[in-house]
Amino acid sequence: MTHSSDFNAEKASNLKVIGTRPARPDGVDKVTGRARFGADMNLPGQLVGRILRSPHPHAIIKSIDTSAAEALDGVKAVVTRDDFAENPDNHAVLCNVMAREKALYEGHTVAAVAASTATIARKALKLINVDYEPLPHVTDVDAAMQPDAPVLHDTIFTSGVDPVPTIPSNIVARCEFGHGDVEAGFAKADIIVERELKTAATHQGYIEPHACVASVSTDGMSELWCCTQGHFDDRKICAALLGIDVSRLRVTASEIGGGFGGKTTVFIEPVALALSRKAGRPVKIVMSREEVFKASGPTASTSMRVKIGVTNDGRMTACDGEFRLQGGAFEGSPFDSAAMTAFACYDLENVKSVAFDVVVNRPKGAAYRAPGAPMSVYGVESVVDEVALKIGMDPIEFRLKNAVRDGSQSSYGPKFGPNGLVETLEAAKAHPQYKTPLGPNQGRGIASGFWFNYGGETCSNLNINADGTVTLAVGTPDIGGSRASMCMMAAEELGIPYDSVRATVVDTGALGFNEGSYGSRVTYASGLAIINAAQQAITEMCKRASMMWDIPADAVTWEDGYAKPSGANAGEFEPMSLAEIAAIAANTGGPIAGHREHNADSAGISFGTHIVDTEVDPETGRVDVLRYTVIQDAGKAIHPDYVEGQFQGGAVQGIGWALNEEYIYGDDGKLQNAGFLDYRVPVASDLPMIDTVIVEVPNPGHPYGVRGVGETGIVPPLAAVANSVSAAAGVRLSELPMSPPRVLKAMDDAKQAAE
Amino acid sequence: MRYEAPDTIDAAIAILAAEDGIARVLAGGTDLLVQIRSDMIEPDLVVDIKNINSMRSITPENGGYRIGGAVSCAEMGEHADLCAQWPGVVEAAELIGSTQVQGRATMTGNLCNCGPAADSVPAMVAAEAIATIVGPNGRRDIPVEDMPVAPGKSSLTKGEIVESVFLPARPERSGDAYLRFIPRTEMDIAVVGVGISLTLDGHGTCTHARVGLGAVAATVLLVDDAAKALIGTRVDDAALDKLAAATSAACKPINDKRGTIEFRTKVAGVLAQRVAKIALDRAGK
Ligand SMILES: Cc1cc2nc3c(=O)[nH]c(=O)nc-3n(C[C@H](O)[C@H](O)[C@H](O)COP(=O)(O)OP(=O)(O)OC[C@H]3O[C@@H](n4cnc5c(N)ncnc54)[C@H](O)[C@@H]3O)c2cc1C
Repeated sequence: MTHSSDFNAEKASNLKVIGTRPARPDGVDKVTGRARFGADMNLPGQLVGRILRSPHPHAIIKSIDTSAAEALDGVKAVVTRDDFAENPDNHAVLCNVMAREKALYEGHTVAAVAASTATIARKALKLINVDYEPLPHVTDVDAAMQPDAPVLHDTIFTSGVDPVPTIPSNIVARCEFGHGDVEAGFAKADIIVERELKTAATHQGYIEPHACVASVSTDGMSELWCCTQGHFDDRKICAALLGIDVSRLRVTASEIGGGFGGKTTVFIEPVALALSRKAGRPVKIVMSREEVFKASGPTASTSMRVKIGVTNDGRMTACDGEFRLQGGAFEGSPFDSAAMTAFACYDLENVKSVAFDVVVNRPKGAAYRAPGAPMSVYGVESVVDEVALKIGMDPIEFRLKNAVRDGSQSSYGPKFGPNGLVETLEAAKAHPQYKTPLGPNQGRGIASGFWFNYGGETCSNLNINADGTVTLAVGTPDIGGSRASMCMMAAEELGIPYDSVRATVVDTGALGFNEGSYGSRVTYASGLAIINAAQQAITEMCKRASMMWDIPADAVTWEDGYAKPSGANAGEFEPMSLAEIAAIAANTGGPIAGHREHNADSAGISFGTHIVDTEVDPETGRVDVLRYTVIQDAGKAIHPDYVEGQFQGGAVQGIGWALNEEYIYGDDGKLQNAGFLDYRVPVASDLPMIDTVIVEVPNPGHPYGVRGVGETGIVPPLAAVANSVSAAAGVRLSELPMSPPRVLKAMDDAKQAAE
Repeated sequence: MRYEAPDTIDAAIAILAAEDGIARVLAGGTDLLVQIRSDMIEPDLVVDIKNINSMRSITPENGGYRIGGAVSCAEMGEHADLCAQWPGVVEAAELIGSTQVQGRATMTGNLCNCGPAADSVPAMVAAEAIATIVGPNGRRDIPVEDMPVAPGKSSLTKGEIVESVFLPARPERSGDAYLRFIPRTEMDIAVVGVGISLTLDGHGTCTHARVGLGAVAATVLLVDDAAKALIGTRVDDAALDKLAAATSAACKPINDKRGTIEFRTKVAGVLAQRVAKIALDRAGK
């Protein structure tokens, strides 16, 4: 059968379940503690796994002597680099999971033990003797790009430059996007502003530390339980690193206490499997918070230069940006998406966006909501704010004048289709917050942002049960309420109540490959698979009814949960409900199910605009967020509570990034704040209620118009808060986080300069 | 690790004194357990004092209050008379952590932990609080500012326990207050903390003042020069400017992840002014 993903305007305007706000199916278990997260799984005979980590930011590992640890009573296995075969296809992940020739950052895994108790495991770690030869280190992105910087890998020769360098460096790659002639564009400008800006590395800050239990049986059949955003991805990479057939490794995703992109890769999982294989017993590893900070994946720190030219009447004539991102000790910072998203909000004749991927002695970065975009957009939107101020134009009017619309040429290549940027700006202009007067020391900031959104490989099942209920088997872990959304979409299609449908995130043995829950793809891609699976089940149910009625299958239609004869010609029969058809399925051909696998490729882009009011204490530099509104295009909100939750969460993480969160390194190359005391995420009392406005400009590639909503919300806040604080403090701030010492210094310096 | 929970202070002292290894008193445990879990210390013996009844009450004494070493900060906040007499000390104790943490944490633990940024200590210093210590060699009283000798190191000797903290009686027209600077609104550690206690005469002139200053030196400081800036004045703008200058001058901070020297020094003066105004207001009521 063919599946359509085209927007169906008639359907979208007659939705019954979509757009309502039913209670979440996982809520009770989560608030009562019954839900099982990563660390809640235990197996009989399980051992405690613990990891030995490098105290050096950069060192050659000359030798590792594990004999004393192995001899300790209660120690059942010790693993090191010798237990993992070289794996050219997954070299970086392998080296990150277990250091090979060198330790590349403080906290890098060097060895691991499995023991009968935690105390023994801790003791065993102290008995492992590692002979390090410390090397000079570098943790700052600009310093790492200097010709005299210590080089991490002698295999890196910058790609994307011509000619390719002959000496290795820390610059992995250069990329460039854009069109037109920026020099010609700047020549037409009345005003040009150029700024250097910086952002600190931040961590996703999920509350649940990484945790897993691995069990490898003597015949090689292996099981892994872990908190993850993508258990099929975990299976793929773990099988590759351990040399196990994919068919022999079953991975189950636990409930997840936050991921935000940081749980889309593996850290402890291959180590637990290797320990279990060696020990012949299940092994559980739970990271401490310190380990999470030091050895899971934070996001990139950046340094950048942004230059924008405008005419006096507010038209942008040229935009030019250079973005330098460090992604930790291995290649793979989100430098390319930083460059692509930087100017994506603007319809530009001349634009050039260059980015560099740089390695430094820090933990290997992982994805964090809209990777790369919050930082580059911070740079661009800060300068946009400044040019608008300079020409005396309202910042929303300025953006409206330059905003991309349906058919605009994007700054990174493709032409944009229908999108909601202008609608979010109009909604911002009309929002009461935008009209509220400000008091002394208060400022208002505006910023817009863009994210691509993703589709990808997806596979889902829908089963009609004999009692008329429906179960869904989904392969994308529920990180934002997707089980509820899946049930709503199935209920909508089938014409049955939401309460009759339940969804389970099933293990890797139960479905074909599913990419993980990232790229804002789940409601769109898994949801579309569920919609299509429901349509397939409907076709089958119509067929079953036609058999009962003895009429052709195409003479039966499905309406509001009932099979009905399609018209008077088809015959006179009492409509049959889903439950009635299900009850007699055994007699009409057996169980009824729908199934769909696809590589979804019509995800809709998404834009958002944020308004934030802050107040700065002029004597201490402390910032209070007074009021905040997120306005974002969701295409179609399936469950509006969850959509609002995504908007609010993005804003809050962005506020933290803007104001206080940062990875602080000492001169010794060690992380100084590996804990929530000194890594300051916002606490509830720091925040106002985050107001939200859902804009719905349908995605033409989805029957209801759904667009992803999980990532765009973190793109504008860094800039919005920076613009607000700059206005409140009376001085332009160009480095994040805007912690009190930095804000106070900027204000004092400005005062002195004025005197 | 051995855990003991005796029900008399004498028994507790005897157990502590007999231990050859590393011994620690456990009050609320909100510092100690964190230190144990993060491998900062591995004690051989932990002696819980929460079963010792005599250490669990707040009792009036000579017009002041004696607060047992095992009294939680939350219990202090529920004691209306104590709150009325020493609002600054209580507000400092109630800044520690969150509601949950305050249900466990004690002010004595805050003092004995000897963190330079301990919130209740500058307020206690301003209040002229006395710590009563019991040990194998008997009982002694010390001013609270003599408790810390270095970050994380107290002047207690082996086997000694702080039995209680005494907050003295105070004349009419007295007020005290405490403020700290943190980048967030709660669950944070003071970058600067200032406690001030002052007394006015019938004409509104300050006759007595004490200023306690936290997080800007290795230990909490008693700043005489800052107090002198207030005494003999009506705590007017000129006095407040002098107070700020004296407070800033007393700072001996370091540059670290929580703040720069420049920042801490300046904000100490700013906070001192704000605290003095609150204390003044309370004294006038
Ligand atoms: C989440 C969190 C937030 C926090 N926030 C703050 C904050 O905002 N401000 C702040 O100042 N602190 C804060 N703290 C630290 C801690 O809560 C306080 O220092 C608290 O007052 C310690 O009291 P306690 O009774 O829990 O001490 P414990 O942990 O029981 O003891 C602390 C130390 O004092 C010793 N000790 C305790 N009682 C005695 C006694 N009677 N005699 C001799 N020695 C003794 C112990 O051996 C130990 O070395 C926080 C801690 C946590 C976990």
